[in-house]
Amino acid sequence: MKVKRFLEKLVEGALLISGSVTSITILLIVLFLFKEAAGLFNSPVIEEGYVLAMNKSNPVKKLTSYQIKEIFDAEITNWDEIGGKEEPIEVVRLSDLTKYYTEEELGAEFENIPAKASELTAKHPGIILFLPEQYVAKNFDGTLLKHEKLQPGDFFGGNEWYPTASPSAQYGLLPLLLGTIWVSLGAILLSLPFGIAVAVYLAEIAKMRVRNVLKPLIELLAGIPSVVYGFFGLVVIVPFLQQTFLLPVGETALAGSIVLGIMALPTIITVAEDAMRNVPRSTKEASLALGATQWQTIYRVIIPYSKSGITSAAVLGIGRAIGETMAVLMVTGNAAVIPHTLLEPVRTIPATIAAELGEAPVGSGHYQALFALGCVLFLITMIISISIEFIGKKKY
Amino acid sequence: MKKEKNIENNTNSNNSSIVRGSNSSKRWSQAIAFTIFKLMSYSVVAILILILGFIVSKGIGAISWDFLTKAPEDGMTKGGIYPAIVGTLYLVLGSSLFSFPIGIMSGIYMNEYAAGSKIATFIRIMTNNLSGVPSVVFGLFGMSLFVNTMGFGDSILAGSLTLGLLSLPLVIRTTEESLKAIDFSYREGSLALGATKLQTIRKVVLPMAFPNIITGLILSIGRVSGETAPILFTVAAYFLPKLPTSIFDQVMALPYHLYVITTSGTNIEASREIAYGTALVLIFIVLLVNILSTILRNYFSKKVKTN
Repeated sequence: MKVKRFLEKLVEGALLISGSVTSITILLIVLFLFKEAAGLFNSPVIEEGYVLAMNKSNPVKKLTSYQIKEIFDAEITNWDEIGGKEEPIEVVRLSDLTKYYTEEELGAEFENIPAKASELTAKHPGIILFLPEQYVAKNFDGTLLKHEKLQPGDFFGGNEWYPTASPSAQYGLLPLLLGTIWVSLGAILLSLPFGIAVAVYLAEIAKMRVRNVLKPLIELLAGIPSVVYGFFGLVVIVPFLQQTFLLPVGETALAGSIVLGIMALPTIITVAEDAMRNVPRSTKEASLALGATQWQTIYRVIIPYSKSGITSAAVLGIGRAIGETMAVLMVTGNAAVIPHTLLEPVRTIPATIAAELGEAPVGSGHYQALFALGCVLFLITMIISISIEFIGKKKY
Repeated sequence: MKKEKNIENNTNSNNSSIVRGSNSSKRWSQAIAFTIFKLMSYSVVAILILILGFIVSKGIGAISWDFLTKAPEDGMTKGGIYPAIVGTLYLVLGSSLFSFPIGIMSGIYMNEYAAGSKIATFIRIMTNNLSGVPSVVFGLFGMSLFVNTMGFGDSILAGSLTLGLLSLPLVIRTTEESLKAIDFSYREGSLALGATKLQTIRKVVLPMAFPNIITGLILSIGRVSGETAPILFTVAAYFLPKLPTSIFDQVMALPYHLYVITTSGTNIEASREIAYGTALVLIFIVLLVNILSTILRNYFSKKVKTN
């Protein structure tokens, strides 16, 4: 008997442990994602193994990641634009050294580069020199920038996502975040009217026999893998949009919205229909007894009554759309620019992670930036899950 | 008296004419609204049929015995998808080995031991949250934990565990729902006969819930076999001519195969035929899973009734 009771306790313990797996997983996801992402704000602004050198007299002693990029793209050409003296910026890369010195002066084995680099920096007040670390002389005559850390503002407020830019990679969240929101919003605007209409039809209008046929078909729509949706979008919707709107490329935000809209439909329909079915029969009958038609009952009683359910359906649909990866990756064209219309290529957060993680070396800034994107995505979906929890509790 | 009746008749007829007038406009708006709803519902079904029909009609030509049993050739423009099919089977098997036992046990705990308690509510919230986590985040997590930290490398093991975690919420939820559907009197009857709680669960509750649980498990297999993002960085290989020999090997997988040959293959146009075929195989798995679960559900529910 004792053995038996012990066994019972043992099994209960095992069950409890199994029950805690999901919670532990969430905890681990948070831990690992944030651990990797935190490294981003500890990583240097300047490409690994390189330094930037400036003249000692230059009052500018710090540059942000974005400023460096603008300087090297020749968008900023004068130091006074970034708080320095009135002095034209002179951008010098390692290969440009031959413009200032002959090959003999630099040495056959380039052994004189450290000395010459130091000399050049000291002579030119407006210089910014991009140099591999090994060519920095011990007694370098100038300001060296190499320990600059990426600021949270560079990530959360950055307008450009250009992770392979040299000398300073750009990890700006905004274009990707806006792309994600843009595509998801388009998707929900397309699918919500359809979703609610189908839910009303299934819950209130259709005969049981019709419903029994339609419902499994709609559930089948949820079962189709996202990569198949992406494929379908790529070979059907993308060329269609290109021809209809006479676009240079058909891979646009709109293509993503359409595909995501179709994918979000089953979720929206199921949740909204459940909400409508939960309207008490007595409430419905009261409305009908007062002489309202079925249609009046639907839009005056059933829809207002299931408002919170319909809201959850919409929010859940948005959540699905925001996190969807493969289909979006295949049809939106993946241009990391801030979108202005639905007919431009965009890039979403999940698509960026999927497309770039394979190329980013483990532990690099790029790798960490992708994990930071994962954190943002995780937080967005967490907020959505929790808000649904609250919407669900709120009774009309 | 007569006058009064007349007046009554008058008012009545007046009333009814008013009602009739607004009734017809009411009826019209109802008819229009219902027609719109009906059309929209059928158009959703039409979309489904369009997608399925398109892929079936384009893909059916690619399907042959060789296509299903041979490895890709000539930079994936010829040959078959056998390694990808095998890889997906391994991943489904591996993830099921992980998620089924844990998911079912977790569901049992929530419904039989902790029903209504704070722990159960907490677990349910966490499970719901987990099911809302995007699949690409699972991919990141799997890469960070299983591939790098635990050192499994890109392997069937890492991929299966990642996919297993992804399907866990679905398994837990179906188990819990199936158990919830069983009337409490059965448990009380068993307990009253002197059975312990564990015996009751094993001999009474689980066998009754079994059909519904199985249906849920089959659906989760369908979900796992189509997932791409979680396996991108944990297991999937672009091209592997040989089959895996251990759980630490990489494999090809159907969804990933479809993705690479449509977007980054060496010759995208030439691989189109293979892509349609691969998409069809994926769709076929989904259809099979759905039909199988429906049949099983019907079969078992009949059996329970006759018993």
